This record gives sequence, structure tokens and C-alpha cells, in this order.
Amino acid sequence: MAVRHALLRWTVLVLAVVVWQLVAGAHGSVYFPPPVEIAGHALDLWFSGPARHVFLTEAAVGDILPSLGRMAAGFGIAAVAGIALGVAIGRSRRVYALCDPVLQFARAVPPPALVPVFVVILDFGTPMQIASIVFSAIWPVLINTAEGARDTDPLRIEVAAVLRLTPVERLRFLILPSALPRIFAGLRLSLSLSLILMVFSELLPGTANGIGFTLTDAQSRSDLLTVWSALVLLGALGYLLNTGLLAVEKRLIGKGRTTTV
Amino acid sequence: MLRLDEVGQHYGDHQVLHDITLTVPDGQLLCVVGPSGCGKSTLLRTVAGLLPTYDGTITLDGTPVRGVPDNLAVVFQDYARSLYPWLTVRENVALPLRRRGLPRNERRAEADRILARVGLTDTARRHPWQLSGGMQQRVAIARALVCRPSLLLMDEPFGSLDAQTREDLEDLLLEVHRTDGATIVFVTHDIDESVYLGDRVVVLSPGPAAKIVLDLPVELPDTRDQITTRGLTEFVTLRSEVGRAVRKR
Repeated sequence: MAVRHALLRWTVLVLAVVVWQLVAGAHGSVYFPPPVEIAGHALDLWFSGPARHVFLTEAAVGDILPSLGRMAAGFGIAAVAGIALGVAIGRSRRVYALCDPVLQFARAVPPPALVPVFVVILDFGTPMQIASIVFSAIWPVLINTAEGARDTDPLRIEVAAVLRLTPVERLRFLILPSALPRIFAGLRLSLSLSLILMVFSELLPGTANGIGFTLTDAQSRSDLLTVWSALVLLGALGYLLNTGLLAVEKRLIGKGRTTTV
Repeated sequence: MLRLDEVGQHYGDHQVLHDITLTVPDGQLLCVVGPSGCGKSTLLRTVAGLLPTYDGTITLDGTPVRGVPDNLAVVFQDYARSLYPWLTVRENVALPLRRRGLPRNERRAEADRILARVGLTDTARRHPWQLSGGMQQRVAIARALVCRPSLLLMDEPFGSLDAQTREDLEDLLLEVHRTDGATIVFVTHDIDESVYLGDRVVVLSPGPAAKIVLDLPVELPDTRDQITTRGLTEFVTLRSEVGRAVRKR
């Protein structure tokens, strides 16, 4: 059953790739190279390095790792700050009511539109890129955490009062675990925003490396094969990161899965 | 000793409790009966210090109740919500022991000891939602007992259990009360249950502004049995008396 399920899951993707391969192969257009060629190029470009570098080439070390590093830093800061602020806001009805319009407004601003602001403030470079990621990715996790913390079951809060848990114990044993499903819903959104902003901030002039830089650089050289390889790489990265986050979530929340809140 | 003196409670303009005066001596098992929605739970929450403002005075061992007193435990009706589902059974039971500053292994040992007492061995590492309703309420009782409270408040704790489980837990409660000697205030809408469990039954009038309409000592043998006790003439008489008081308008 598990095998059949996995087959079914991947059928459409595999079919799409096969059709793409056949059509692109038949037309021979330079704009739409066949997937086999893209995969081979990506392999040459990034994954044909020496074994002691886990097969990463210099280009991979020089472009993929800095991108991932900036994304990890941005997402990490957004997650920690978002959860901390979200709990603080969600625990007080008054603070929540006061902050809600601001949060809804901040969330409604399309994240890439903020990048020019950070370019002006911080100039081009890694700090600007990380700041762009943080200020885009923080909102979903902050808002979801605040809603999760606000919706803590009132009976469970009474239980905490009767057990006379300290504020720290309340946070650790009640509010965070109870808000965890919402926190992860926010983290998933934040993660995909981090990826988007990571690439977007690297598309700007003034960047000297990164996957986004690879894209613009290859485009300026009309190297469509590299452009396509970078796109496939981004898709794969997004998929892998989300799968990783889901695995963490399953591990943490699986234990309390019948929670109704 | 728990003393309530002219205690009133209201939500805004809506008077819930009116002029409740009551003294519960140490070690007594007091059952509070009343029709649904009469304010029994509000009375319990007020005594527990969960509702910060009230009229009149409540003192526990001479100290006025302002906030949740020490040495007090509460068992709620809704065990599924009152237990923390993300913690194991043992972690739930050990949670109140943290403030006593016991090291981790002693907290665990104490939790296991109390779990065995309520008839739950081999469940310590499971999660509450993996257990039946009756077992979950046993966990909640274990969590309430683990700090050896001098006052145990119970808010219709067996109300959502099936008859057989309910009788088992009633007997467990009587056994715990006999050996620990804690003062227990047990709120229920079940007349039979109140007479079977109580040393004393207090009946509240239907709300709004519920007040005490009957205060009745239960003079039944201390050792009670689901079959014989309920068949006693005294039991039947007491039950009718409580029943009449509950239905009176």
C-alpha cells in the first residue's frame, strides 16, 4: 500500500517531466532545454566536486551555501523573534487588540516591496538581505503564534492556576505546546517567504554570490541552461526544507495529536 | 476548616449566588447538589480562588481566600481538557510537584506511587488521550492528590462517565477520603450520588441568586457499598428528602 501510495504521489510529476522531455527534445529550442540536459548541467555545475567536499563543486560552495546561510539566519531570527513576540502579544487581550491592526497591515504589505527600504537603510550586502528575509518572514509566525497563544483553552489556564504553575512553567507546559500547531502553520509560511526573499534580495545589484546571483548572472550571459538549473534547484530546496520542517512538526506535535485547540 | 460567610457572586448585574453561609469541618465530605445551571460550579470556582472578586468572606484555616490557596486541589468534570494532552500520564501527575522543588526522580517516583493508588499501573508513559474516560479521570484525581491537599474540590467529576465506571470511581473516592482524611467539597447534580458519597449534603436553590435550601447530615455507615448502602431504608429516605429539596421552587 505504501509503495502504491508513493507511486501515485509521484505519477503526475514524473509524467510532466517525461512530456517536457519529449516536447523539448522534439523542438530543440534553446529557451526550453529538455530536463535531462538541465539535470546533467546542474550535476556538472554543483554536484561533481571532490568526495572530500561531499561532491560539491566550488560553484556550489560559493553560491548555494551562502544563499542557504542567509536564508537560515533570516528564517531563524524571524522564527525566534516571531514566536517570542507572538506569545507576548497573544497572552494579553488588550495588547492583542492594540497590535492586531498593525499586524494585519504589516502582513498585507507584499514582502518584496520592503526590500528597497532595506537597500536604502543598510546598503547592498548580506545585512540587507538578512533584514529583508526577517521582516518578511516574521509576520506569519508572529500572527499565528499570537492567535495560538490567545486561543489557549480557558479551562487549561484554570488548571495551571490551580496547580500554581510559575509563568515560565505555564509557558513551557501549557501555552507553547497548545499553540504549537498554529506556530508550525506560521513557520511553514515563513519558510517559503524566506526562500522567496532570499532569491529576490540576491537578484539586486551589489550581490556577488548566491543562487539569485547565479540566475541574473546566467541570464546576462544568455546561459538559459544555468537559469533553468537554478530554478530546478530552488524548487528542490523549497521542497526539501518544507519536508524537513514537516518532519520536525510531526515529531513535536504527534504526541498531542488529539488536541482540539 | 473552610468557612463561607454570606458569600455572593455575580457576573455583572446577574446575581449567581446569594448569601451562602457554610462551615465545612476538617475531614468532611460535603456534597453540594442543585439543578443544572444553579451556580454550583461558580461556588466551587469562588472557593478555589479562581474568581478573584466575591461578596462576603471565605476563609480556609483562618486565612481569607484571595487567589488560589495553598493545599488546595481541584478535579474538573472535563478530564479531556483538564489534562494536558502533550504530556504523558506521569508528567501530568508530576506537574504539581515542581513547586515543591523535588528532584526529577523523586517527582517521578511520587507520581508512580499515586498512580498505583488510583489503580493505574503501566500507564505512566502513555498519553491521556490513549486512555478511556474513566482512566483519564483517575489520572486527574491522581494529579489532584499528589500534593496531599487538605481541601479537594470536585466539580461534577463523574458526570460524563458511564454508570459502572462512575460507581468504581465513587468507591475509589470514598477509599481515598477514608485514608487521607482530606476535606472534600463534591459538586454534583446527581441526588443518589450525593447521598451515597456525602457525610453531609447541601442543596442549592435554582438560580439566579442561588442560596442554600437544605443542609442535611448523612447518617449512613462509614463503610459504604454500592448495592447494600443504596438498599438501606435510611438511604432511600435521605434521597427522597434531597430530591424534594432539589425540585422545590
